[in-house]
Amino acid sequence: MIKDEQKESFASGQRQSMADYLSPLVRGIKPSGIRRFFDLVSSRKDVITLGVGEPDFVTPWHVREAAVYSLETGKTQYTSNAGMPELRGAIGQYLNDQFAVEYNPADEIVVTVGGSEAIDLALRALIAPGDEIMIPEPCYISYSPITALSGGKPVGIETYARDGFKLKADSLQAAITPRSKVLILCYPSNPTGGIMTYEDWLPIAKVVEENDLIVISDEIYAELTYGTRHVSFAAMPGMKDRTILVSGFSKAFAMTGWRMGYACGHSDLIAAMLKIHQYTVMCAPIMAQYAALEALQHGLEEKDRMVEAYNQRRRLVVKGLCDIGLTCHEPQGAFYAFPSVVSTGLSSERFAQRLLDEANVAAVPGDVFGLGGEGHLRCSYATSVTNLTEALDRIGQFVYKLKQEG
Amino acid sequence: MNELQLKVLELLKEDARRDAELIATMLDVPAEDVKQAITDLEKDHIIVKYATVVNWSKVDDEKVTALIEVQITPERGRGFEGIAERIYLYPEVKSVYLMSGAYDLLVEVEGKNLKEVASFVSNKLSPIDAVLSTKTFFILKKYKQDGIIFEEHEGDHRLMVSP
Ligand SMILES: Cc1ncc(COP(=O)(O)O)c(C=O)c1O
Repeated sequence: MIKDEQKESFASGQRQSMADYLSPLVRGIKPSGIRRFFDLVSSRKDVITLGVGEPDFVTPWHVREAAVYSLETGKTQYTSNAGMPELRGAIGQYLNDQFAVEYNPADEIVVTVGGSEAIDLALRALIAPGDEIMIPEPCYISYSPITALSGGKPVGIETYARDGFKLKADSLQAAITPRSKVLILCYPSNPTGGIMTYEDWLPIAKVVEENDLIVISDEIYAELTYGTRHVSFAAMPGMKDRTILVSGFSKAFAMTGWRMGYACGHSDLIAAMLKIHQYTVMCAPIMAQYAALEALQHGLEEKDRMVEAYNQRRRLVVKGLCDIGLTCHEPQGAFYAFPSVVSTGLSSERFAQRLLDEANVAAVPGDVFGLGGEGHLRCSYATSVTNLTEALDRIGQFVYKLKQEG
Repeated sequence: MNELQLKVLELLKEDARRDAELIATMLDVPAEDVKQAITDLEKDHIIVKYATVVNWSKVDDEKVTALIEVQITPERGRGFEGIAERIYLYPEVKSVYLMSGAYDLLVEVEGKNLKEVASFVSNKLSPIDAVLSTKTFFILKKYKQDGIIFEEHEGDHRLMVSP
């Protein structure tokens, strides 16, 4: 509702438009590049899309059935703010079994509305105005805007294809100022598919320690690694108390629409996040919590089958792209390949636009993911082998045509 | 059966048209190995045939399929084998299973119409000496066969582009 006096001032021209009422923090946020591309793609037919950042699998039936059953038995209430104790217990057990990190379900785990909320809570809990938040890029698109909304200053750190888009200690060191407070990590990475091994983490942990940083480690793709097992940053020596581990069910368990995520960390940090969580969402939806519990209790084999399927498609896509001449570092995690389109002489955006117009294939231009993304294309291989084969054919013909044009 | 053969089987079961090159890429092994595995599987009759799953109800509304429970007196020395063979050699018989429980063979029979199936039962199946009784159940609709859902309604509902 606009108050009368505001209406007057609006009418008298002190405010030019409704947008003038908005917080400068919100106004300062640029529209997402993905959104713009989405609008382009959605108006077209017969597009094969490699632009989707979610599994192509539907949530396994037993998980859906568990949610249906929870409704049938009248589970329609709030749960405790941090999430159902059974679910927190199962998450704690799962993280310990899979990644050797130990969290006390009583006060070190909070169940959130997707990993998205966990990222928001962590940033809001930590940031004081002017704090610098270091973000290795190219990266998932929400970190920087949420940092800005929380009054922090995002500081991008470029990572490079030649390093497999790993974060290097010297780049991190170079970005540090007296205001540096938080480092956001996202490995396995959306959009690059890059991962960090134990050896890769060691020097990073050292810089984090020396500069007294707090880490938000978004490990939502942890289960989707190929050939090596994911190493949680929280499992690195001395890093557990410095790390807020963010994860969720969207990717590994094919549960994007359920909005189920969680954050784990030192009880003081989790308590602070819980404070925000209880005033903003109260708790995550109960039926989704029952589904998540079922996924952890009986869904691991199904999860492994999906991971195997991603791995097979990954090999297909990487080989296909390389054969076409779009060089591609080997993505070892998540479900994205991030080939370079530089050899075509086109910018990311131009390439993606023309690929859509002329070959009916959608993929996200790399520049929307921040520093180091320009010159690349994010190709999600979370789609059927048939689609991938056809998409690679079309990309191949398109690139050939570009070469003929010279 | 080695691990590669098993993986090749799984990928071919999903789609029999996948060629050795594609499978080799998906499994990250040399194409030669995949070709060899397929040859061996074919030779050993583990891969029996590359057939197509057809939803016949879209082609021919009249066609009917029945499942027939058959009780049998086994033959001394040969058990059910001989009778099963006498039954499965009929081309209208699509599958035959030896079952535990209240009856012995489950026979799937296909015919152009109801009458044809009924006539198969009364003229061919029941007269076999060892057959004690039959119970015929007509299939009204096939929802799923060999793990394949016929009318998939869980299509791709994802947005075309997402973060
Ligand atoms: C790196 C990363 N983090 C977090 C999310 C958010 O996932 P959700 O909120 O569905 O758990 C995504 C989704 O695309 C992602 O790619």
